[in-house]
Amino acid sequence: MLEAEELACLKGDRLLFRGLAVRLEAGELLRVTGPNGYGKTSLLRILCGLAVPEHGAVRWRGVEVRRDRESFHRALMYSGHAAALNDLLTPLENLRFACAAAGDDPDEAACAEALGRIGLGGQIDLPARVLSQGQRRRVGLARLFLAARRPLWVLDEPFTALDVKAVADLTATLSAHCRAGGIVVLTTHQDAPFETPPRVLDLAGVAC
Amino acid sequence: MLGPFFAVMRRDLLLAWRGRADVLVTLAFFVIVVCLFPFGVGAETNQLRAIAPGVLWVAALLSTLLSLHRLFAQDHADGTLEQLLLSPEPTALWVLAKIAAHWIVTGLPLVLVAPGLALLFDVGQGVLGVLTLSLALGSPILALLGAVGAALTLGLRGGGVLLALLVLPLFVPVLIFGAGAVDSELGGTGAAAHLLLLGGGLLGAIALAPFACAAALRIAME
Repeated sequence: MLEAEELACLKGDRLLFRGLAVRLEAGELLRVTGPNGYGKTSLLRILCGLAVPEHGAVRWRGVEVRRDRESFHRALMYSGHAAALNDLLTPLENLRFACAAAGDDPDEAACAEALGRIGLGGQIDLPARVLSQGQRRRVGLARLFLAARRPLWVLDEPFTALDVKAVADLTATLSAHCRAGGIVVLTTHQDAPFETPPRVLDLAGVAC
Repeated sequence: MLGPFFAVMRRDLLLAWRGRADVLVTLAFFVIVVCLFPFGVGAETNQLRAIAPGVLWVAALLSTLLSLHRLFAQDHADGTLEQLLLSPEPTALWVLAKIAAHWIVTGLPLVLVAPGLALLFDVGQGVLGVLTLSLALGSPILALLGAVGAALTLGLRGGGVLLALLVLPLFVPVLIFGAGAVDSELGGTGAAAHLLLLGGGLLGAIALAPFACAAALRIAME
């Protein structure tokens, strides 16, 4: 389904990795690991089409993603390093905008329910600037409940700042997504409690 | 397909409303700059009337410049821009929505207060219509051209000054035809030709600037 071959990534004048190949089928969960500065975020940005690799190509269902950006991005849900929250908007407004920008249009009740499920039911109407780091992260992750029909989830450090219970809930959500035929690519430094240990791609192995 | 267009427009207008102080600064700057001129050049009415179109237009141009860097900066900093670039809908569409919302918030108020300020310069009632029309056609061009510059300088150190150097030369034709429209109306030759050129320029900018802006944003995000 998602296939990358011969990927090389250049940051400034430093080659981070080269010859990286990975192939993910429906139902797989890939954990990208590696020390800081080895290009985990860069790899995720290349995989989701935000950055162009120095060499190589990324294919989604056999089609190069740059050729058919639209249908690839319709299948993708990306959660980046920054939470994409505006401090002046409430979590509900932020979530609704994030969904609308991605081309979905869930109604307000669905968004409120997603925020309730992720444990923010009481903070729905507060401006995002008063939220804690963990709560900010949760607003971004609430989109996962509304993006269930998008098969490919690319998550950059989703567990950062989350408490133990939230980490467990998130792992369960990710596992359920994979069981339903989805694909998850994530980076994390934490040991998340996955039932079956996920496939691991160690960037130290392809570093230059 | 228009979902993201309206979502971006609604959100940016809502944000402008919640952060009204920022918006008022642009308008206050415009009013103050215009009001400084009569103090500087004296109260001789013929002279004031002669410089009025140029003063109003240059002040409008500088106030536009003042708010341009805000167009994408916040969204770039908090990661919203990444999410927008991953939208399956065409990038140029929501870029146009952002520029339109930006103009409604920063450009439209200038157009509305300009006739009042023109009275300070003893500009005749008959010319006020042309002045307003020239600003209404010209200030969106400034916003569209400026947005391309804002996208190109996004995330650069000292981007604000670079932005000014980049877009001010591009503003020159708009300034010439905008101020020229009012001048020729004052001179009695009629402003139709200038206004038609401004209108044409506006249509051209609407058609091209969002695409240039989208390409610049993609480059800036890499």
